[in-house]
Amino acid sequence: MYLQGVILNEDTRCTLADLCRLCGVPAEVIHEMVEEGLLTPEGLSPGDWRFTCVAIKRVQTAVRLQHDLRVNLPGCALALDLLEELEELRRLLRVRR
Amino acid sequence: MEYKDYYQILGIGRDATQDQIKQAYRKLARKYHPDVSKEKDAEARFKDAGEAYEVLKDPEKRAAYDKFGANWRNGDHFEPPPNWDAGFEFRGAGYTGGDASGFSDFFESLFGHDHATGRRQQTFRMRGEDQHAKIVIPLADAYHGARQTITLSRPVVDPSGHVTTSPHRLHVAIPKGIVEGQRIRLEGQGMPGYGGSPAGDLYLEIAFARDPLFHADKRDIHLTVPVSPWEAALGATLTVPTLGGDVQVKIPPGSQGGKKLRLKGKGLCAGANQGDQIVTLQIVVPEAKTEEQRQLYRTMAEKLPFNPRAAMGR
Repeated sequence: MYLQGVILNEDTRCTLADLCRLCGVPAEVIHEMVEEGLLTPEGLSPGDWRFTCVAIKRVQTAVRLQHDLRVNLPGCALALDLLEELEELRRLLRVRR
Repeated sequence: MEYKDYYQILGIGRDATQDQIKQAYRKLARKYHPDVSKEKDAEARFKDAGEAYEVLKDPEKRAAYDKFGANWRNGDHFEPPPNWDAGFEFRGAGYTGGDASGFSDFFESLFGHDHATGRRQQTFRMRGEDQHAKIVIPLADAYHGARQTITLSRPVVDPSGHVTTSPHRLHVAIPKGIVEGQRIRLEGQGMPGYGGSPAGDLYLEIAFARDPLFHADKRDIHLTVPVSPWEAALGATLTVPTLGGDVQVKIPPGSQGGKKLRLKGKGLCAGANQGDQIVTLQIVVPEAKTEEQRQLYRTMAEKLPFNPRAAMGR
């Protein structure tokens, strides 16, 4: 019996409720993250919001950074953007080598 | 049990002030935070720093710890003397460090679990914790899809309340066309829940093992193929390896080194997401070893009017 997982990528979507359940956070936390621009869901109202499954990692990382390093929400958004940029630069470096 | 030198872990002297301890910890926490750091042992160092800070930030715990003296070295075999903690009160200090469930035996035997409460126990969620792990797979497994048995080490609480780690084996299907950095979520495969609640989830992040021929960039697979000058000049049909087996590739006459050929759909493909293989031509010049071979090059120099540095005006 081999376990079949769900791939979390840009093509898979989840709702606000899914995101809260998966990350173990209340909806208010997600609201704040959307307001901060840390998450950019499709859809206009929270009921219609659809997040890509990449958002799960952003929320989980933001929660850990807030807890472990006492980074506030704008700081988390900045750190996540910089981490993504760093990852992209590392990727380009690997391709060049 | 191994002695832990909390001062050495934080990189400070035994006479450090409380402020210096705080600064040293915060610096290390930023440096080794597993979400931020690329260091190999980041997670272990982050936990160690959290544990060291948990003890040294609290003057009572620090005083008790200091009683063991300065002659112990990190990793020394250590048993606390009986009643070593008589006269100390470990209470009142809030928990701020890393994940207490990962603290060492050394910490637990001195300060027990009650002195440190894990962050997730503080919230009243009863669902088991999520687990995160990285697995390294060969590129071919990502191309074809594969089945893998992985072993994760998982903390277990034994009947006496002592935390140990035990290997946890899982059989996992690697979906065809997975890309480096993507995560797979395995529902209910994380830590068991408390009081009959559901288990947490397991998140596996995919990394690729280094391959001697190919390397992946998202869905595209890159391969450098050496060609001879006459193959490049006259055109040729080459046998080129792909992750799906050899294919015949036609290169046009007059191909230059660095030319890229795209083999559609020969990269990492999952449903509508198609990856390609990008073949980069590398012209390799044969060494002229005999007089006859050198003469061939001289003939080329005479008969082929060619200045490779024309664009430089030299």
